[in-house]
Amino acid sequence: MTDKKKTTRQVNVTSKTSVSVLFAGDSGDGMQLTGTQFANTVAIHGTELNTFPNFPSEIRAPAGTIAGVSGFQLQFSSKPVYTPGARFDVMVAMNSAALKANLKNLHRGGIIIAGTEGFDEKNLKLAGYPEGANPLHDGSLDNYIVFPVPILQLTREALKESGLSSKEIDRCKNMFVLGLLYWLYTLPFEGTMETMYAKFQKNVWMAEANIKAMKAGYYFGDETELFANLGRFDISPQKQHGIYRRVTGNEACAIALTAASRKANLELFLGSYPITPATEILQTLAKKKKYGVKTFQAEDEIAGIVSSIGAAYGGALAATSTSGPGLALKIEALGLAVILEIPLVVINVQRGGPSTGLPTKPEQSDLFMALYGRHGEAPLPVIAACSPVDCFYTTYEAARIAVEHMTPVICLSDGYLALSSEPWKVESPDNLADITPRFQPPREPKDAPYLPYKRDDRQVRSWAIPGTRGLEHRIGGLEKQHETGNVSHDPENHELMTKLRAEKIDRIADSIPLQSIDNGPLKGDLLVLGWGSTYGAIKTAVEQALEKGYSVAHAHLRYIHPFPKNLGEILGNYKQVMIPELNNGQLVHVIRDTFLFAPESYTKVQGVPFNEMEILSKITDLLKELKS
Amino acid sequence: MTDNDRKMKALPVSLTAKDFASDQEPKWCPGCGDHSVLQQLKQVLPELGVAPENIVFLSGIGCSSRLPYYLATYGVHGIHGRALPMATGLKIARPELSVWVGTGDGDALSIGGNHFIHTLRRNPDLNVVLFNNEIYGLTKGQYSPTSKIGLKTVTSPSGVIDHPFNTAALTIGSGGTFFARAFDRDGKLLRTILKRAAEHKGTSLVEIYQNCPIFNNAAFEAFATLDSKADNTIYVEQGKPLVFGKNKNRGVMLDGFTPIVVDLDTEEFSTSDLWLHDESDINKASILARFADDDSLPRPIGVFYAEDRITYEDALVAQIQDAQKNGYGTLEQLLKGENSYEIKSAS
Repeated sequence: MTDKKKTTRQVNVTSKTSVSVLFAGDSGDGMQLTGTQFANTVAIHGTELNTFPNFPSEIRAPAGTIAGVSGFQLQFSSKPVYTPGARFDVMVAMNSAALKANLKNLHRGGIIIAGTEGFDEKNLKLAGYPEGANPLHDGSLDNYIVFPVPILQLTREALKESGLSSKEIDRCKNMFVLGLLYWLYTLPFEGTMETMYAKFQKNVWMAEANIKAMKAGYYFGDETELFANLGRFDISPQKQHGIYRRVTGNEACAIALTAASRKANLELFLGSYPITPATEILQTLAKKKKYGVKTFQAEDEIAGIVSSIGAAYGGALAATSTSGPGLALKIEALGLAVILEIPLVVINVQRGGPSTGLPTKPEQSDLFMALYGRHGEAPLPVIAACSPVDCFYTTYEAARIAVEHMTPVICLSDGYLALSSEPWKVESPDNLADITPRFQPPREPKDAPYLPYKRDDRQVRSWAIPGTRGLEHRIGGLEKQHETGNVSHDPENHELMTKLRAEKIDRIADSIPLQSIDNGPLKGDLLVLGWGSTYGAIKTAVEQALEKGYSVAHAHLRYIHPFPKNLGEILGNYKQVMIPELNNGQLVHVIRDTFLFAPESYTKVQGVPFNEMEILSKITDLLKELKS
Repeated sequence: MTDNDRKMKALPVSLTAKDFASDQEPKWCPGCGDHSVLQQLKQVLPELGVAPENIVFLSGIGCSSRLPYYLATYGVHGIHGRALPMATGLKIARPELSVWVGTGDGDALSIGGNHFIHTLRRNPDLNVVLFNNEIYGLTKGQYSPTSKIGLKTVTSPSGVIDHPFNTAALTIGSGGTFFARAFDRDGKLLRTILKRAAEHKGTSLVEIYQNCPIFNNAAFEAFATLDSKADNTIYVEQGKPLVFGKNKNRGVMLDGFTPIVVDLDTEEFSTSDLWLHDESDINKASILARFADDDSLPRPIGVFYAEDRITYEDALVAQIQDAQKNGYGTLEQLLKGENSYEIKSAS
């Protein structure tokens, strides 16, 4: 491990509890890689961590412009962190556009490490600064601590004898920055060295050049006078011992589906069509062939879900992954899955809408579509994940409900959870709930006829898969007769079947946990009721509010349909309920309709997550109102 | 469900057409060509040596898509145009099943057109029976993507102006590995072709010219009636010259890439000048497919093209087996991942 003793001079090391860092540059500057490497090192070091990449939907937006800025934000800490940080303490700005786009989110007094080459006349112009203005020199950054570093020049000097082309050398500048940040936060660089050797197995010279650039950045920190006053920082690791891995929400969804298939002793089939920000679920599962996973990249969203329905009919644990516009296309087929009463997991990674909307940005605006967006009376369970790691547990639960209750289930994630990551203490298979498919056993000719739509006491029918002797039967999208499953247009039968399908979903409430209070008193002035990815911001805000002595609690919904049985009772224990959502107010409608009172809606529809300061300030305002 | 349960079971002794009839009465109109297709299927299925529980019929929407209800196998009547992806998903999940799709010209070529072309190029082992009546029957008589130019229907009162799809050309152009054409009225030929389709490993596309007596009666009359059939159709058989006509006195030969009809009664041509049918020749199949666009040529029936190409599910299973050559991944390995790290103790 890198030892502080290696430093050539005595530089003061200050201990800090937590730091939020943003790496920002042009989308070609390698900021995602830098951020990921930094996050890996921090994770292995054992600090708590939360990351969030923020990049444009264009693969290569015009270089140097605000539209082309790509960022990777992370917060690491000695205590648990639930967000990448409302604001950052440190910003690496590789160019003027990166600075301009992100300055508003830098803490006053925060640190700016600016790559001076990105602040030349051309870059300043591209970023839209007025002629002659340069924030590095004109005093506009006086409220921050600015370190102008000629990153490109120093990288070129370090690699001048590497034999690399000048283009290749310039591409290593992100590694220089990475090294400098390792120095600043007294972090070891050996892990990144290993990664580079593994990544460039066939081009060892590339690995060596990248490492050289990183070390140049590290020792630059050491040797320059620049940081003499600031010194270095140390965030001491606090994680409990154990085996960890870092997962994004999308990876967690993919792992969960695979785990559920193994636990249920079913084969996993994923029929899906690439769509931002859900694509990594398909990509991750395509690499899980070792676990027997079958993925099918369909010709469109409809074929994605319909192929999954075919696989589910055949007895597989079937799933499809998508985002809003894709879910809209799958809706007709969801109706088929509802009436066929077969298990199916639909993961919807929400993004800004309507239409193409904001493809790379998170939003929670598909809740209504998930709950109500079907033709006919077609209720199905809807559950939502609240953190990258929770994407595992929620998706797993979606699979359990689908298989055990013979129904399609919509599992909601969003673009924020999908791409964010956090460390996950590796789960033991024994801790995962059992998933028990109810396959209909073979039937002999002398036995009573098989009734495909005969239900158990939970109104669940059995799973009769092709290949099972004696169960040959025909089902379809047409309304079917109670129990026999034969086509029926009988008026009373249709009403009965409609009610039975609804009752089956309502009864799922019997098998899910009761709603709990995440934090705060069981009775009090204000309950903040959240769902989905707002968890981190609400959690942090309520923690801070409780520290101030406020009477506020936090409950977070995983089960949105059906609701946990005690939800109404919980809501009644507070004078006011506030519902923050990244939409124009959707859960608030559902709560109002179900429980007949008026919760306070707090919405944000900007394609960016809530931050804790916004929630805290809303809590403070509401409590003031309650007191007056 | 254990692997053993899933394995095909030997067919019980001699099943008959009756064993494949479900307890539901077909609800097609009297005189509809669909009755014949159902009848031929019921006769062919017992000959396949596959137990009924290992056969699945899937369909979309339309008159033809009611097919699964009338067969005593497994069946799903799905949604409009989507039977092919459903069948693909089922076949990938359960490669050992015999999977059939009943579809129509509207279901397969209009609303399901995208699935049609992509299924063909992927080549899962499915048997697709496409009932082509050149009309929308269930919605009562609108034109379909195979209706002829000029056909007057409720939605084309002045005559159809869209150029119709050529199913054979579309199949071959999409990379399909099997195309055959048959008629509802010729039961014997239909049975032969359905059997060939079942035997073909890959997506077998069987286009059946099927008469809709209500909304598009006699659309195929010229190919179907006894007196005109022989002169207007040609039955293509592997290795045999393309001979047709009431007296077997006409033939088709290739002039470069252009098929021409020749008179065998003259001294000028004999059967040795004629085109020999070769199911493995995609160029010839492509030309055969285009016969339908030229009224001077007889309409081919029989197997146009059959190519031996790996099926989608076999290719996928091979990749999975390769990924598992060093062992099947365990749940522990899955949860641990490949980039896990150990934190020894808090400092």
